[in-house]
Amino acid sequence: MDNNKNWINQRFPLTKVWNEHLAEYYTPRNFNFWYFFGSLAMLVLVIQIVTGIFLAMHYKPDAALAFASIEYIMRDVDWGWLIRYIHSTGASAFFIVIYLHMYRGLLYGSYKAPRELIWIIGMVLYIALMAEAFMGYVLPWGQMSYWGAKVIINLFGSIPFGFGELIVEFILGDYAVDDPTLNRFFSLHVIAIPLILVILVFIHIVALHTVGSNNPDGVEIKKNKDKNGIPKDGIPFHPYYSVKDIMGVVVFLMIFSSIVFFAPALNGYFLEAPNFVEANPLVTPTHIAPLWYLTPFYTVLRAVPPLFDSQLPGVLAMFAALLILIALPWLDRSKVKSIRYRSWPYKVALGIFVVTFVILGWLGMQAVTPLYSLLAQIFTVIYFAFFILMPWFTSIGKTKPVPERTTEH
Amino acid sequence: MSEQTIDLKKRRFLTGATSVVGAIGVGFVLVPFLSSWMPSARAKAAGAPVDVDISKLEEGQLVINMWRKKPIWIFKRDKTVLDNLPTLNDSLTDPDNTVEKQQPAYAKNLYRSINPEIAVITGICTHLGCSPTYRPEIGAADLGGDTWKGGFYCPCHGSKFDLSGRVYKGVPAPINLEIPPYHFVTDSLIRIGVDPAAATS
Repeated sequence: MDNNKNWINQRFPLTKVWNEHLAEYYTPRNFNFWYFFGSLAMLVLVIQIVTGIFLAMHYKPDAALAFASIEYIMRDVDWGWLIRYIHSTGASAFFIVIYLHMYRGLLYGSYKAPRELIWIIGMVLYIALMAEAFMGYVLPWGQMSYWGAKVIINLFGSIPFGFGELIVEFILGDYAVDDPTLNRFFSLHVIAIPLILVILVFIHIVALHTVGSNNPDGVEIKKNKDKNGIPKDGIPFHPYYSVKDIMGVVVFLMIFSSIVFFAPALNGYFLEAPNFVEANPLVTPTHIAPLWYLTPFYTVLRAVPPLFDSQLPGVLAMFAALLILIALPWLDRSKVKSIRYRSWPYKVALGIFVVTFVILGWLGMQAVTPLYSLLAQIFTVIYFAFFILMPWFTSIGKTKPVPERTTEH
Repeated sequence: MSEQTIDLKKRRFLTGATSVVGAIGVGFVLVPFLSSWMPSARAKAAGAPVDVDISKLEEGQLVINMWRKKPIWIFKRDKTVLDNLPTLNDSLTDPDNTVEKQQPAYAKNLYRSINPEIAVITGICTHLGCSPTYRPEIGAADLGGDTWKGGFYCPCHGSKFDLSGRVYKGVPAPINLEIPPYHFVTDSLIRIGVDPAAATS
């Protein structure tokens, strides 16, 4: 056994990698519930890749065959329905996990120095994941696939000086959403973006392991080391957190499989009813909305009125709402990381922001009425106010003293 | 913490128990993924019986039909061919059709058929799955001249079969060609894929 290990170690740093990233990677001892979601996100990524590989074996990326091939998977392929429902539920689960993972960052200031780059890589991951989910939703070639693709791609048509139309044709490969669009979305969905996701996850973790994990107290455990150079508040990731994460995986899979087996469409939130009808370029469904994870940004898009006969302001606002998150590490001026020791204005602002994000998401699923349009505009303003006012409200108010060491509860 | 001694035995048991339960779970999850590779309901439906009308089949003529994505030869043998078949026995590997799975019981005879005149054979070489060529001409020079009484020649690796689909000695193919289940619905209509017994019961 030891001889084999030596043989490999002389050729590949197996023990070194194992120790650096698991057995001797020292992690703060005070992780709580919110620290499950990083490893869960990786679990969902694996689930999506495995189920996706099996779906691609039966799916036909052809506008004439795609819809029927999904029905074929659901009805004729042994267990095909299960594999597809795991994949469709996995898409929504991915965003639930990622949103909770990002919220953890907001709670404990995990994006603050020295972890700005981890946050930025994470944001790129998040945007890549949105593109991945959007393209995946086009593949079944149902009504929502078709009209969702049409609306999203036409967003780029608002770019002025004639570039818009050029870009739209470039994306479509045609003059309307059709077979070439479906075919290239398939290619991007099954290989290009997943490859980017896997590489980014790798970089995300390498960056994390360079600076070390933040924790609910926002204390840098590397500042307090014992005589062996081991952080006093650190415990090896393996076995302590690998075991804790398995616990999280078990609970997650219980909830996940309950949805897969008992409510895969989840009342239209995970799979929309119009998508059970084949794409028809002549009839738009009466109510069209993106899936829930994109709706906050969809509401921002609808909230901004056209200017100079152009949709551009709405489109810019939507992208701004997404990209402004990247600036978070520099908008936050607080000297304190964790919500536990922050001043009250930040706590209030974060609370309002979470409520705003949920309401924006809910509004994005509703049909437009004058009241909802007004609400959409109000909450869009609040959404941006959170970021624009952040340098101010993070620098006022009295913060609590941050302890030297992590605390125990 | 430091006062407690680590119970290694308990730890090993818990690690083992967790691993075993986890492995069983993975085993169950593997089932749907692996079964999704098996022929789907559509593929199974495509294996439905095929009807062939042989009223226009002439002596010596061979028609190829597809059943379960395999070529099924149907050809009519004249009296010369039928008379030649028993004379070949000595040069064949298995003249008496001892390999049960290669033919249904009702085709386990010299002519390997229900009606001696009409042969129904799966046209897949028992060596590596190529489809042999129909060579009915007696005395074909490239197939051994006078000893060749008509039969099938596999272009892939040179296996030879007689006009009952029985394999010659000294060729790569180990056993006789397969006879599919079939029966006569009428004198001129063959249904491939259903045994006569199953059709009447």
